[in-house]
Amino acid sequence: MYFINSFLFCGIICLIAELILDNTKLTPGHITAMFVVAGAALDSFGIYDFFIARVGGGALLPITSFGHSLIHGALLSAESHGVIGLLMGIFNLTAAGITAAIIFTFVFTLIFKAKD
Amino acid sequence: MTNKKYEALVKKHTPKENKVKYALTAFLVGGLMGLLGESLIRIYIMLFDVSRNDASTYMIITFIFFASLFTALGFFDKLVAKAKAGLLIPITGFAHSMTSAALDYKNEGPIYGVGSNVFKLAGSVIFYGVVSAWFFGLIRYIWEVLS
Repeated sequence: MYFINSFLFCGIICLIAELILDNTKLTPGHITAMFVVAGAALDSFGIYDFFIARVGGGALLPITSFGHSLIHGALLSAESHGVIGLLMGIFNLTAAGITAAIIFTFVFTLIFKAKD
Repeated sequence: MTNKKYEALVKKHTPKENKVKYALTAFLVGGLMGLLGESLIRIYIMLFDVSRNDASTYMIITFIFFASLFTALGFFDKLVAKAKAGLLIPITGFAHSMTSAALDYKNEGPIYGVGSNVFKLAGSVIFYGVVSAWFFGLIRYIWEVLS
């Protein structure tokens, strides 16, 4: 069931993005930023957690999950540190992804050159 | 007359068909990415005997690694041009935007080229993500304190 849900959920998110991309003047930059905000908004009411519990990997992969992880880390940290915890914990869960992206980009930029 | 009408009809319908094709491609590619993500989580749980949370992080890092590598090798741009949102919306798009920006500005040096441009596109995701996460988090926090 997780596999089918993963396919459908991730597919539908990409489909929505593609429809916005083709039918409006918004660029991919606008859409990814919008989707991150949407992910954070959905998680503030616990809706995104509901999806992750039923979908699994397919819900963690789209950029909406980035917004979800940001607010989730902030709220977890706020539980033990109070309102200042929102600032302390915001990158707790996304740190692995951002750090990995920076390290890989650094290494590959050293090795490779831009094609064209 | 009929020829002109026919041409007008063709013009009217070609972009629409393309849109349907793009939408279907994005759905299929995005769906396959999701399927691959869930499969990777299962594989990592079996291979390394880790929790589902840890396996999810490994999965995200795997996707970032390959998106970054394929961008550096030069053929990820062609895949993105075909699949569009199918590859841009998953975390692969985030890694792709960073690596391609870094490579594009490599000839301007390590500081003002790579370092300051690496977040050129991914920066807006982090910036608005943090602002909205902080804002919604604050609302949720005040809500929980009050109730």
